Amino acid sequence: MELGQMQKSLQDYTKSLFVEGILDSQFLQLPQLQDESNSDFVSQVVSLFFQDSDRILNDLSLSLDQKVVDFEKVDPYVHQLKGSSSSIGAQRVKNACVVFRSFCEQKNVEACHRCLQQVKQEYYLVKNRLETLFKLEQQIVASGGMISAMDLGF
Amino acid sequence: MARDGGVSCLRSSETMRVGIGGMESPPLDLDDVHVLAVDDSLVDRIVIERLLRITSCKVTAVDSGWRALEFLGLDNEKASAELDRLKVDLIITDYCMPGMTGYELLKKIKESSSFRQVPVVIMSSENVLTRIDRCLEEGAEDFLLKPVKLADVKRLRSSLTRDVKLSNANKRKLPEDSVPVNTSLPPPPSPFTISPDSSDSSPPSTISPESSDSSPPLSPVEIFSSPLSSLLDDEDDDVLPSSPESSPAPEESPVRRQKMGSPGLD
Repeated sequence: MELGQMQKSLQDYTKSLFVEGILDSQFLQLPQLQDESNSDFVSQVVSLFFQDSDRILNDLSLSLDQKVVDFEKVDPYVHQLKGSSSSIGAQRVKNACVVFRSFCEQKNVEACHRCLQQVKQEYYLVKNRLETLFKLEQQIVASGGMISAMDLGF
Repeated sequence: MARDGGVSCLRSSETMRVGIGGMESPPLDLDDVHVLAVDDSLVDRIVIERLLRITSCKVTAVDSGWRALEFLGLDNEKASAELDRLKVDLIITDYCMPGMTGYELLKKIKESSSFRQVPVVIMSSENVLTRIDRCLEEGAEDFLLKPVKLADVKRLRSSLTRDVKLSNANKRKLPEDSVPVNTSLPPPPSPFTISPDSSDSSPPSTISPESSDSSPPLSPVEIFSSPLSSLLDDEDDDVLPSSPESSPAPEESPVRRQKMGSPGLD
């Protein structure tokens, strides 16, 4: 695939993430924070988000699996995940967390279990999509092309 | 600007290394804006740090209110000689943090003689009117809704530059060169120091937001990280956004007034 095609694919792919609501405009803030001295910022912060989220989801699963669920513990985890997903523009994860928190408030264990599944689903989705996005970028760069921040906006 | 004027000294921000390095005495570059950022979320800390650095601030990022107080030397009662060299122009803190909330940190800062003049900005993902009011009443300079955007930080930054330049102009006793601005306070007597203890510091002035060119961020950032203590969340309501209205705080705060849309002083 020649460079121009790859770049078009990247643009289309990125656009689809916004159209599907997987990402929101906050994601477009991130390339603005990238420059020559921090040329990997976007992928770094996203990787951090993945690491952080993996940890939180693990802790959440453990907390919800307890015989007696301690919502004082569960809610802050969801709050954290809501915050970090919001900061990188992972809209559907964030929205799933909002719903999750309302059930935490109600101390509805069963609903919380369902929410956790939903959050995980959205998280794996955005993770998958972003990993694909970064792969596309890498291919372009490897072929001598350049990614500009404008490529991610439209 | 190729010097590190900040107090932080850990190396590259690519490796999000954790640890407390030694504090080096910063050369006092009076035009640098040094920001202390406080957020328990690692992702948010990284983002706010970049937001600040790309708007030409020096940044020290810590992960809790306690770390912030420790950094400021407010965690014990005795004054530290280092404080004379510690130049903090802005403290920006998350509201919801385990252990000590941003509000509690705000109060402690405003209670301290050394740092009460330093503007404190609160960030929160929750647009709760009572929360905003409470913070502004306690003396917060501004309240930013998360997720924080570059435009928010640019606005903060440009009003800060004005503050720093104002106090520097006064310090150098060059009234002709000082930024012409109307303040409601009488001009400070000379010599004017930038010691936070001075009760004569000029209030921040309002300016219209300008887009600042991003210069390559240069100072290393020190990121304090500690395992999260017991996760106690303050408020957890996710309310629908409503336009926040806040009553003017007792202290003049043109930044806030600017936020409310009143004309800038220029």
